[in-house]
Amino acid sequence: MLAAAQKDEKKDQALKNHVGHPQTGRDCPFTLLNSPISHTQYPYVTGTSVLGIKYKDGVLLASDMGGSYGSTLRYKSVQRLKPIGKHTLLGAGGEISDFQEIVRYLDELILYDNMWDDGNSLGPKEVHNYLNRLMYNRRNKFNPLWNTLVLGGVKNGQKYLGTVNMIGVHYEENHVATGFGNHLARPIFRDEWHEDMTFEEGVKLLEKCMLVLLYRDRSAVNKLQIAKITEEGATISEPYAIKTHWELEAFKNPATGAVGSW
Amino acid sequence: MDMDWINAPHSMGTTIIGVTYNGGTVLGADSRTSTGMYVANRASDKITQLTDNVYLCRSGSAADSQVVSDYVRYFLHQHIIQLGQPATVKVTANLIRLLSYNNKNTLETGLIVGGWDKYEGGSIYSVPLGGTMLQLPFAIGGSGSSYLYGFLDQAWKDGMSKEEAEALVVKCVSLAIARDGASGGVVRTVVINSEGVTRNFYPGDKLPLWHEELPLRNSLLEEASSEAEPMHA
Repeated sequence: MLAAAQKDEKKDQALKNHVGHPQTGRDCPFTLLNSPISHTQYPYVTGTSVLGIKYKDGVLLASDMGGSYGSTLRYKSVQRLKPIGKHTLLGAGGEISDFQEIVRYLDELILYDNMWDDGNSLGPKEVHNYLNRLMYNRRNKFNPLWNTLVLGGVKNGQKYLGTVNMIGVHYEENHVATGFGNHLARPIFRDEWHEDMTFEEGVKLLEKCMLVLLYRDRSAVNKLQIAKITEEGATISEPYAIKTHWELEAFKNPATGAVGSW
Repeated sequence: MDMDWINAPHSMGTTIIGVTYNGGTVLGADSRTSTGMYVANRASDKITQLTDNVYLCRSGSAADSQVVSDYVRYFLHQHIIQLGQPATVKVTANLIRLLSYNNKNTLETGLIVGGWDKYEGGSIYSVPLGGTMLQLPFAIGGSGSSYLYGFLDQAWKDGMSKEEAEALVVKCVSLAIARDGASGGVVRTVVINSEGVTRNFYPGDKLPLWHEELPLRNSLLEEASSEAEPMHA
């Protein structure tokens, strides 16, 4: 009798297109229920925006050090900017565990490249291409690395700045941003970025954008790093915090003239 | 019907915490394992030994965390034979990370690895859901940890002594138990340093009383025992 009841249940299930996945409980196509393949995951610990701009001597990247867990700002000292070899810097938003794995893949790539000992070394273009293949192939298997990456570098005088994301979309630009940065930082870049900015101008521009993100992105934390890559090599600044401004008259009594609002 | 708890998976609602101090590590946890609304085990031990000098705090699914710790203990044992010296906390944490990360779609367990080795002294690694690995001066996890973020933002400081660190751990777990329904029972701590490992046990009735909690007594007919006093500030 139990067998018959189970058979009925299977039939009922078969009539539905989507059911609850036996393990995650989330929505799952019925035809994939017994599939041995694991499918699209969900991010858990995530990093928010990364910004990148080209300047006179190379490329500047900026990000905060937050690792959010849903709406909780759980970790506040997560390194989201990493040097890759001598010529490249990588920044990531999205799932931190996947970024940590990507850095391991890249460290291995660079190691093998060095072991050739042939005087040649992987530049930012090559690393970007490798990452693009990595991300796109994972996307095709429905098992993405849940990140948006910013890659900047200088090799043989050539400056390079590009981005790749979890579905394999990739491009190069003079200024890039991920996540909220797309909405808040890029309009500022479009207005204020210009060719051959000095280091100071570049840092000021990035800090201006990071401040806007701090005000307007819920997952931003006030602990940031700016990374610089030039022909000489890569440096990542010590973590630091920027001042925020709250002493505007309009903020002190926002309900004047419209009591009960705001 | 209202009987989902009969078949609900065993989960350790849990409060787990690990704190480094000047010379070693202190790990702490509550002891409640729940199956839905029922407390399946009120005296579980969530701080599991991996090697002589590295321990693991387990949270989330009881089954997942047990099997992960069993695998890591097994791998570490072989690693130590080959290495010829005690395992480092970092290597242990990375083994935990590999299992958590590579099985991220099926596992539901948040772990804190803590121990002492001759290279780094005391260290703590947090491996939450998804398999991120982060070395931290202190870490919290489990459902009860939500109630500790604010407290630790204020109360944690660098360079604590062993006694200060353990007192902080006990206070934290005790506060979390007071507010998290999925945490409860006793507070267990494990102190790991160059001298070895010490396990401590703080029974529920010996923990400090917090807001709206009353001193325990045998019966209405008896006076309250003067041992436990309500805490202030």
